[in-house]
Amino acid sequence: MILDVLIAVAVVSSIGTVLAALLALCEHFLANYGPCQININDERDISVQGGKPVLSTLVAEKIFIPSACGGRGTCGLCKLKVLEGAGPLLPTEEPFLEKEEVESSVRLSCQVKVRNDLKIEIPPELFAIREYVCKCAEITDLTHDIKQFRFELVEPDRIEFIAGQYIQLLAPVYKKGGEEVYRAYSVSSDPARKDNVETIIRLVPGGICTTYCFDYLKVGDEVRLNGPYGEFRLSDTSAPMVFIAGGSGMAPIKCILHQMKNTGNKRKATYYFGASKVEELFLLNEMREFEAELADFTFVPVVAATGDHENWSGEVGLVTEAVKRNLKDASDHEAYLCGSPGLIDASINVLKELGMTEQAIFYDKFN
Amino acid sequence: MSAGPEISQAFVVCISAVFTQNILLTYFLGLCPFLGVSREVKTAVGLGLAVVFVLTTTCMLNWLVYKYVLVPLELEFFRFIIFIIVIAAFVQLVEMVIDRYSPFLYQKLGVFLPLITVNCAILGASLFMVIRGYSFIVTIGYGLGSGLGWLLAIIAMAGIRQRLANDRIPEGLQGPGITLIIAGLMALAFMGFSGVLQGR
Repeated sequence: MILDVLIAVAVVSSIGTVLAALLALCEHFLANYGPCQININDERDISVQGGKPVLSTLVAEKIFIPSACGGRGTCGLCKLKVLEGAGPLLPTEEPFLEKEEVESSVRLSCQVKVRNDLKIEIPPELFAIREYVCKCAEITDLTHDIKQFRFELVEPDRIEFIAGQYIQLLAPVYKKGGEEVYRAYSVSSDPARKDNVETIIRLVPGGICTTYCFDYLKVGDEVRLNGPYGEFRLSDTSAPMVFIAGGSGMAPIKCILHQMKNTGNKRKATYYFGASKVEELFLLNEMREFEAELADFTFVPVVAATGDHENWSGEVGLVTEAVKRNLKDASDHEAYLCGSPGLIDASINVLKELGMTEQAIFYDKFN
Repeated sequence: MSAGPEISQAFVVCISAVFTQNILLTYFLGLCPFLGVSREVKTAVGLGLAVVFVLTTTCMLNWLVYKYVLVPLELEFFRFIIFIIVIAAFVQLVEMVIDRYSPFLYQKLGVFLPLITVNCAILGASLFMVIRGYSFIVTIGYGLGSGLGWLLAIIAMAGIRQRLANDRIPEGLQGPGITLIIAGLMALAFMGFSGVLQGR
């Protein structure tokens, strides 16, 4: 009996060993592409062992490229520009690439292998993307369904980000049968405070991550997030600006205002903040402070309707109507929008009517 | 035993593996890439051909391993582990070889190989061939037929999905939902083939 077991184990192990040895030999002779140089952004060369996909080769070099599927070619997030040495486009990449992307040598880094020297282009902000372990330091009620969360960074303890960018918050499994999910939230805090990340979150009924944040997350809990991500940011021009955001869409705008204050930016800016009722408005004092501190900033809260006994002297109606009333010609303006797809589409229509070109409208759409 | 009747049996097994016993639509094996990589006919053809190749060759290999290693040592019960190791090692080997020597073939076929290494249709076919006691020649027919059946199913699915791409599908059904419903309807249609071979 024992002999049988021993024989069985020996046979299985030896078959496994033979196959593994065969593979190792083949890998040594066939998949050995020798040392290769990867030139990144014309700035630096890294020396790597060839034979593996670009994605995993870069991860081994501590350069993190976004990827949700772990390199199996199903999410299409790990796009990079590979300028030289990538070989022909693979059929596994085609479904994920637009025509313009193919023309500008964008490739899926999990499918392209390092077989020779490569020249690649990585957006500089990707170098900054990391995972952070944080502690939930403060939860503030802003309205009945919007809260502000402050996370204190623990490891690493500093974050560099550009005002307007977002982080991805990990909602752990908090009830039976649940799953871990990452959800993106714009950073609302002052970019100069590098040991903290603040964000404004609206409760989505049934939402996995927002339910976690509202019902389960307590001050002192450990929180994981990664980032920063996103292209939403202030342009380099000096054109006057219109900010339009409702609800938790205030987050990136607030962050941009902090940055303007830090850098002494004197651009003219008007922030239209829409809400359905007076009690849905929040952080009004902070906005009034920005008005006092910034060179040329006006805060325009707009409520859709006022109650009978409410004392409201500000704008009433749709936020887009308020924009129309206050701004006659927007052709030399830039617009920064953040909020629901409905708000953004309506705002774009109004801004175009007022003479703004599409290139001057930047937005961060929530889905 | 002369080869004549065996070849004709292999042919019959091959045809039935394509239609009536389709490994995808009657046994629902190999569903993951079937749902994931069936958005475009072109990609589906590449993946399908890779499956045909891997299914046929691994069935043959596993038949040899079973007959000449596992049966003499009375270790048939280990076939699950052994088959999966053989498949994984073989597929990796093939990938490395064509990656090195034939960029063209690698581009058309090789890139799909890692996607199907642990595909249950591949292991399933190897196990069925043992359970049903096929001879070597019949096994070749069976592996080839199963692969072709899988290829046929994924091409049909990709064709249907391409046509659906511009249709308005209710939000909750988009993606895997509608794909599974289509797979179910296709399975029903393939059941019709069993009537054709009833007289066999």
